[in-house]
Amino acid sequence: MTTIAIPPGMPQYDDVPRYDVAAVRADFPILAREINGHPLVYLDSANTSHKPRQVLDVLAEHYARHNANVSRSVHTLGTEATEAYEGARGKVAAFVNAPSVDEVVFTKNSTEAINIVAYAFSNASLRPDADPRLRLGPGDEIVISEMEHHSNIVPWQLLAERTGATLRWFPVTDNGRLDESGLTDLVNERTKIVSLVHMSNILGTVNATSRITARVREVGALLLLDCSQSVPHMPIDVVDLDADFIVFTGHKMCGPTGIGVLWGRTELLAAMPPVFGGGSMIETVTMAGSTYAAPPARFEAGTPPIAEAVALGAAVDYLTGVGMPAIQWHEKQLTAYALDALRTVPGLRIFGPEVPVGRGGTISFALGDVHPHDVGQVLDSLGVQVRVGHHCARPVCARFGVPATTRASFYLYTTTEEIDALVAGLEQVRKVFG
Amino acid sequence: MQLESLYQEIILDHYKHPHGRGLRDAEDPADRVGEAHHVNPTCGDEITVRVATDGQSLHDVSYDGMGCSISQASASVLHELLTGRGATEAFEVHEAFLALMSGRGQVTPDEDVLGDGVAFEGVARYPARVKCALLPWMAFKDAAARAGVGASPTEVKA
Repeated sequence: MTTIAIPPGMPQYDDVPRYDVAAVRADFPILAREINGHPLVYLDSANTSHKPRQVLDVLAEHYARHNANVSRSVHTLGTEATEAYEGARGKVAAFVNAPSVDEVVFTKNSTEAINIVAYAFSNASLRPDADPRLRLGPGDEIVISEMEHHSNIVPWQLLAERTGATLRWFPVTDNGRLDESGLTDLVNERTKIVSLVHMSNILGTVNATSRITARVREVGALLLLDCSQSVPHMPIDVVDLDADFIVFTGHKMCGPTGIGVLWGRTELLAAMPPVFGGGSMIETVTMAGSTYAAPPARFEAGTPPIAEAVALGAAVDYLTGVGMPAIQWHEKQLTAYALDALRTVPGLRIFGPEVPVGRGGTISFALGDVHPHDVGQVLDSLGVQVRVGHHCARPVCARFGVPATTRASFYLYTTTEEIDALVAGLEQVRKVFG
Repeated sequence: MQLESLYQEIILDHYKHPHGRGLRDAEDPADRVGEAHHVNPTCGDEITVRVATDGQSLHDVSYDGMGCSISQASASVLHELLTGRGATEAFEVHEAFLALMSGRGQVTPDEDVLGDGVAFEGVARYPARVKCALLPWMAFKDAAARAGVGASPTEVKA
């Protein structure tokens, strides 16, 4: 082995932020489980992450001590619940460096967040006085990509159907990168919104967005980034990203299910007509008509997922405590290790970038001709939990000519030993189906 | 959980060496032919089953598809068990296979009825895989109905 010395004055290897992975693992009760007589090896965090005790405690504590509805009571419990709910909004806003806390809309998940934006466009298109940036009709264009999760495809297909607008998309290269070669043609004066995944849930690709953002600004369109897979794994700064909307979901970032986030620029949220009508989203209601609350309340009709939001706040505290730059670095090391380790498995084909640059810790692969269901089943018998299937990104599978893939995905609690267990498990798969 | 109970030798054998694979035209031009294409939307498995029948006997049950070992082996067993059978008898086998698969491992299969299909007893204990095993059988049901036989087979509780 050769040692490469980093010149003095440059950031040194030991300067990289780190944390004690064993101590982090001790915070996650589920990691102590055994599966089919083997220690749990959880490699499905892109699907949903596990929750640390600190989050579970806050969830239980909220119901045990502070339970009440929010934004409508003068009593003590109502005030406590409201403070906790709004406090969580503040934590989430700070986590993504939102300029204002009112730019954070709580939703059920990323899917709902994207649908809110799509339906706001839809509703605006029916109102002649609506903001022209939000009005769509025949001749207008919506741009997505071939590497989107179904949740960032179907809402736009439906919007195109409702408005007569045209849906277009960026292709994907053989290496699993976004093909930006047609950018100028694809994003043009007719484009109203570009909605792109920040990190692909199937290929692991992290899209560099600056060229696209510049083009979006040039033509006066809007940019939504689906950050479901990036916010949990790397520091995200919405000012730095220069997007108009981002969406992400709590359960992939150590929070509970049932809580997600739509972040949008203040003036855009203010220009958006409501999507869901009901309690809490109104200003005044008469039988003849209603006026609506300012964002974020305008988009949070009905009793929200209060405890879930509060627990998401705890998840944000937890992640911040460990440190997002450290988590990002840990996963980068794991990804490099895993890519090397998987290359030693005969017949294994990786879909997506094969270098640990511009990608996250989510790796999809095929093992010879063995069907992913069979791969997943044998791995499960050894305690290794991976996802198999099309990962709600069927166009990507079609692009690479496979019906499905096997996917291993990592998080802050993943270890290199678990990647070794995956590789050993794949040997077992080869034995059964070889 | 014993992996061998799921991947029995018989299943792996049918998977690696499928019987009667490939869609075929009816040998007798007077036969009625029905075809059905089924997919499992969660995993992308696909199967096409074609039935050629004179209304009394299933002259051929042919198939083509792509998918996991369980779904493909199941199609091979389906072909082997039902080709050449009388329609009534074929649906008795169909019903027995459905009963086995919805039995959560509590149903003891009759080898005289199910032949190699008994190997799927272990699959019934894996709820996530029952759909894989049933995929060709449900496609068969639709294909047969389109060929005019077996209009009201049993609903499956998977």
